[in-house]
Amino acid sequence: MIERSPIFDIVTYAVMILGLFVVIMPFWITFVAGSQSLTEVSQVPIVLWPSTHLFENLQEAWTRADLGPKMLNSFIVAVGVTVGKITLAALSAFSIVFFNYRARMVCFWMIFITLMLPLEVRIVPTYSIAANALLPFQFILDNLGITWLIQSLSGIQLSLEWNLLNSYPGLILPLVATATGTFLYRQFFMTIPDELVEASKMDGAGPMRFFFDVLIPLSRTNMLALATILFVSSWNQYLWPLLITTDRANFGTVVMQLKALIPDQNGLPDWNVTMAGALIIMLPPLLVVAFMQRWFVRGLISRDK
Amino acid sequence: MERRAYYKNKTLPWLLIAPQLILVLVFFYWPTTQALFWAFTLEQPWGGGNSWVWFDNFLAIFRDREYWSTVLRSGFYAVVVTAISMAVALTLAAFVDRALKGTKLFQSVFVWPYAIAAPAAGVAFRFIFAPESGLVGSINEIWPGVWNPAINGVHALAMIIICHAWLGIGYNFIFFLAALQMIPRSISEAGAMDGARPVQRLFDLQLPLIAPTFFFLFIINLISSFTDSFGLIDTMTEGGPVGSTEVMVYKIYFDGFKGLDYSGAAAQSIVLMILVIALTFVQFKWVEKRVHYN
Repeated sequence: MIERSPIFDIVTYAVMILGLFVVIMPFWITFVAGSQSLTEVSQVPIVLWPSTHLFENLQEAWTRADLGPKMLNSFIVAVGVTVGKITLAALSAFSIVFFNYRARMVCFWMIFITLMLPLEVRIVPTYSIAANALLPFQFILDNLGITWLIQSLSGIQLSLEWNLLNSYPGLILPLVATATGTFLYRQFFMTIPDELVEASKMDGAGPMRFFFDVLIPLSRTNMLALATILFVSSWNQYLWPLLITTDRANFGTVVMQLKALIPDQNGLPDWNVTMAGALIIMLPPLLVVAFMQRWFVRGLISRDK
Repeated sequence: MERRAYYKNKTLPWLLIAPQLILVLVFFYWPTTQALFWAFTLEQPWGGGNSWVWFDNFLAIFRDREYWSTVLRSGFYAVVVTAISMAVALTLAAFVDRALKGTKLFQSVFVWPYAIAAPAAGVAFRFIFAPESGLVGSINEIWPGVWNPAINGVHALAMIIICHAWLGIGYNFIFFLAALQMIPRSISEAGAMDGARPVQRLFDLQLPLIAPTFFFLFIINLISSFTDSFGLIDTMTEGGPVGSTEVMVYKIYFDGFKGLDYSGAAAQSIVLMILVIALTFVQFKWVEKRVHYN
């Protein structure tokens, strides 16, 4: 702080309180409405003080939207994407940084380019590949004449199929297929001094030993940072789960269920239950961010630069 | 930086990178190529296979007035969301950077919107902006019918823009604060000694110094306003009333999955991809330049 002026201090606090109001207001209204009864939530003007019906609303939202199994699905997807991305990122960054092979930069760029196109802009064809993930392999076999060869030799028509619709791999794998994290790891691995590699070589440790015993422990904070942002972003996914699951009862995620809780045009305007549901669904990523703030900020900032 | 100490191994590096490469090929490169292929072909009715139609699909969407209004709306949407979100976040970051007592609390709360799923925020804001109840509905008590996003397209779009801008506050705030805190104190002190007031220092000293962050955020925000709006629109208005909140991503989804027009949706996807790639390129070019300046 440079100057001490009481007036400017007051302005600073005023702006921050205003900011606090802007940021917190939606949370507060969600919470307040979620705690009210149907008559209270329908009052105009709105009552901005919590009432006593929070738990029954939470329970009602939980059962109406069948949030139990959906919660589990959301956790499976979020953890799956997080673990998948971190594992792939660490392995491929290790390959690119610590090995010397000719195609290394080609691989690097191939992975790098995936950051350019988010899943949202290529949903239609990604959906079609999810309907049969083995399509590219069939294509390769067809064009190499292998399908023809097998058919003429054995009479069996080779058709590969792996349908990912309504399955965990379908929910998870396409989300894992971008390079988020690979660069965080690459940048970190490049700061590892050569001496460390040489020392571990001298001790007789092979590359995998070096990876598990030296690199992984050293990158623990990076991993926490990355895990936080990946968990939040995959928990909050909406469009992809919406497309890939037609069997909502078994494979729906909680974020998808929100729409089912919105009151009908002609039905009961029970926004209190809707808001209680929103509260449940907001909570897990919010807790993760609140508790992991220190690491998560680090991960964000080093990810994109 | 080149590394001197390598592992010499022929197959291991390939085994390590293979999972990521395969996943990227199957779920990124294949679909992207497929989109390109579909955009130039037309599925024949009654299962007659594909026929190569060159630019017909593109001509069809470009001749469609509705498509142009969707593109213009998306551009407007992206710019306004970006402007609001960055302005609010920068203001908050500039004041938090003054580091008075108790700012740690503010700092952590300002990050919260980042954690919220767009549809969850959409549902909350839809309630807040509901014409018959909620916070804004109270205005209708005083002037009946003055606010109704269910009928008025301008209101509906404004509601979604405000919600999207709110969601972006957390992310922008983190970056602005980090950039501001990286400026050495002595620079601001020197400015103060020359008699520059805090607001003047922000515009003449701090903003030029954080220009790279500013520009980076500008592009990132534009891209995310183009791509991340689906969850909000689907939970708040479903593109209505009468298409007034339909943006590019939503139209692709609608034409592709509800209208089953793969060729049209693919052509639209390609246009959106080109837009996003162009923005990303601008960003990389800028980052490159910045490295040279340093």
